[in-house]
Amino acid sequence: MRALRGFLLFWYDFVVGDDATIAAGVVVAIALTAVLAHQDVVAWWLLPVAVALLLAASLHRAARASRRGGS
Amino acid sequence: MSVWLLVLSVFVACLVEAVEALTIVVAAGATRGWRSALTGVAAGIVVLGAIVAVLGPAITAIPLGPLRVVIGGLLLIFGLQWLRKAMLRAARLKATHDEDAIYATEVEAARSAAVGGRFRVPDWYAFTLSFKGVVLEGLEVVFIVITFGANQHGIGWATLAAVAAVLVVAAAGAAVRGPLARVPENALKYAVGVLLTSFGMFWAAEGAGAHWPGDDAAIPALIAATLVLSLAGVAALRTSARHDAPTDTPTPVKVP
Repeated sequence: MRALRGFLLFWYDFVVGDDATIAAGVVVAIALTAVLAHQDVVAWWLLPVAVALLLAASLHRAARASRRGGS
Repeated sequence: MSVWLLVLSVFVACLVEAVEALTIVVAAGATRGWRSALTGVAAGIVVLGAIVAVLGPAITAIPLGPLRVVIGGLLLIFGLQWLRKAMLRAARLKATHDEDAIYATEVEAARSAAVGGRFRVPDWYAFTLSFKGVVLEGLEVVFIVITFGANQHGIGWATLAAVAAVLVVAAAGAAVRGPLARVPENALKYAVGVLLTSFGMFWAAEGAGAHWPGDDAAIPALIAATLVLSLAGVAALRTSARHDAPTDTPTPVKVP
């Protein structure tokens, strides 16, 4: 059981990494892109916008954590 | 053009990971003996090769649409991880990779570890250290080779690029007989993060049914846009750090 947990944790860390909100945000953005595309709405712009927002939010959190660590 | 971008992306990503693996292998070999360390390298390469041989054909058998959504999504998550860390390092909010420091730590640990052999390997510690270094660093390369190769129908090209990078690093390591501390690892990681994120966006959106203006010509535009956006982000992070803590140096976040 411990080996299985370790195995799953390794793959979680390998794929998802330090910030799970990035992974969750990417999944939601791809799903929204699929919904828009299947309704014949132009959808290519959605992922770049989502990436910019997710990256900005994640960096903001990391910078804040770094500042807290330094104070 | 896409094939060249694929080869370049895999080559650079593999170069970075091979430099990190080399540091561990050299520490094991120089401290504990080369025979067991190189046996660990060979065993690690066999495991990685088996993963590519099994997963490569299995993944290419999946229809391109669903494949691009899943693989594009994974590549995008993976690329954003690399890019996020690289941006934090560039903004000096995270400690940069220092192969000399990592080498010194590994050598210290290798010197104090117990001596003993198993399964006809004279030094089990040197074997496992090398094996783990090659497999753990190599898994990221395998992931990139399979995802890039499967999406572009170019697993052969991707594998060749990876092998070429490993040979370059191995030759450099044999010449230097030490860690390759002068390789601009952090800049290369930044470049790989930009490339993985851009390809991930392209394939995931295509797989989800969206159509990019200009089709494949959108890829260089995405790479350029991601690079410009990330550099602007780094500049903003640096400005914010200076503004918020004028007298203190920001504390780097622990490198995982």
